[in-house]
Amino acid sequence: MNFFLLSLIKTAVVLFALLTTLAYLQWIERKVLAHIQLRPGPYRVGPHGLLQPVADVLKLLTKEGVMPPGANSFFYLLAPFLAVAVSLVSIVVIPFGPRVEIFGVQTNLGLTDLNIGVLFILAISSLGVYGVALGGWASNSKYSLLGCLRSSAQMISYQLPLALALAAPLLLVNTLDFRQIVEAQGGFWLGFFPKWNVFAGPFPQLFSFVIFLIASFAETNRVPFDLPEAESELVAGFHTEYSSLTFAAFFMSEYANMVTVCCVATVLFLGGWQPLWPAAYGSDYAPALLFFAAAATLFYHGAQALKTRMWDRFSFPVFGFVFLALGGLFLIPALQPVLIPLFWFLAKAGLLIFLFIWIRGTLPRFRYDQLMRFAWTFLFPVAVVNLLVTGLLVALTSK
Amino acid sequence: MDGLLFLTFAAIAVGCAINLVLQTHPISSALSLVGVMGSLAVLYLLLGGEFIAAVQLIVYAGAIMVLFIFVIMLLNAGAEKRPTRRVVALWVSLPLLFTLIALAALLIESQAPRTEVVRFGGFSGGSALAVGRALFTSYLLPFEITSILILIAILGAVVLARKEI
Repeated sequence: MNFFLLSLIKTAVVLFALLTTLAYLQWIERKVLAHIQLRPGPYRVGPHGLLQPVADVLKLLTKEGVMPPGANSFFYLLAPFLAVAVSLVSIVVIPFGPRVEIFGVQTNLGLTDLNIGVLFILAISSLGVYGVALGGWASNSKYSLLGCLRSSAQMISYQLPLALALAAPLLLVNTLDFRQIVEAQGGFWLGFFPKWNVFAGPFPQLFSFVIFLIASFAETNRVPFDLPEAESELVAGFHTEYSSLTFAAFFMSEYANMVTVCCVATVLFLGGWQPLWPAAYGSDYAPALLFFAAAATLFYHGAQALKTRMWDRFSFPVFGFVFLALGGLFLIPALQPVLIPLFWFLAKAGLLIFLFIWIRGTLPRFRYDQLMRFAWTFLFPVAVVNLLVTGLLVALTSK
Repeated sequence: MDGLLFLTFAAIAVGCAINLVLQTHPISSALSLVGVMGSLAVLYLLLGGEFIAAVQLIVYAGAIMVLFIFVIMLLNAGAEKRPTRRVVALWVSLPLLFTLIALAALLIESQAPRTEVVRFGGFSGGSALAVGRALFTSYLLPFEITSILILIAILGAVVLARKEI
């Protein structure tokens, strides 16, 4: 098929999926945080607040866009655009699955395969700071300016351990292409233990994985490193003065960055679409079983619904049937080669995103001096030692 | 296609460079410089230097220029006042500038051999593998000496910063 047409279709599908994910990620985050804090969370709009993202988008669309007096109008409007563009671009190099055949067309699951994929992600993420820095500066407000100064310093500092943690697994797989990185992690030790980089020899990349996660919390401005938007000191940090769609753009870029970082961690450390245990032991049936279990839970709770939540008696079984149908899809042999790798990739990335939300619900914010000291005196040296040890062991064991 | 991309990004690079000089506000100038770096990275990519292109973005646009902008924001430097210009200076300098560019072009045209014209896609030694191999085999000594130089610069910066406390 025409390369151009194929790319267009793939881009449309990925963009649609990504934007829906971003909208619902916010619902998921609010729900998870609410349950951590023993409250129901969004509940009014639709069953269990499922239509809340739609309501939020409508609210932001209809709000008045305000430009503060004395703001630099060009940069004020450029900044959110820059932030969201940079954060959405990085998804293009992430491979979601192996080479598959859909309707007789051979294609790689993923938008492009750059042979410098890792460097591309690093370059794009290093540009991400411009949106935040310009937005805070152009707002002409002291809170915004403080937020953007913190953000620039923090992102530069944490980029170092991030890049060093990225470099260590690259020594094991010997390539910068994300697709080849995942392919190098295929196979199993002793027939059942996955050869992912976190477990791989000669030096398991567990330390790099943890360093990468910590640094990416800082890169995406998430709790416990959300100093640029610390509510208790800076109102809302760099986006204090933004409203309406420009605020929505910053909000969206934060979630898009989180998704990208989780996808990169999945590909580099957790073996991308490679299953947790071999297909010989039935890993191909795991997705279907998982969906069936979810459906059974929904049926059970639908039947047990409280008198005060009569709506659940109807909505739970409906979602139960949806889950049953989804699980059934995984059992159709024609769809299996596409869906099962996608399932493993999304399951791992989704677990990492859940970890991000979980930590936001658990840890308090760092103080600014603690943040900097942690980056330079602990994280950076550990990352350097980790890289040196990995390099030494790779050099000793390679022929 | 390559030629079209080259012309587009060369034009963006030159436009940003001119804008860099013309702008009065330091932030605008710094961002124009980022534009120059970005379009230069695309030009490297077109020539087959993919590693250099990525490093250009990471180091210049992602680190050095962010530091520049950070410092400008921290010092809160405002827009500069344009000095009053003399019409005579403008009318004398513009022809001089064009003459200089024309002379330089003529010199390059006459000196550089015709056979060494760059062709898009003709160079394939720009991958990370090729650059790494070249750095650690043929250019090992310059590479190591450069790292020592940079280390000395870092140490010097730390020492100088210490004295002020």
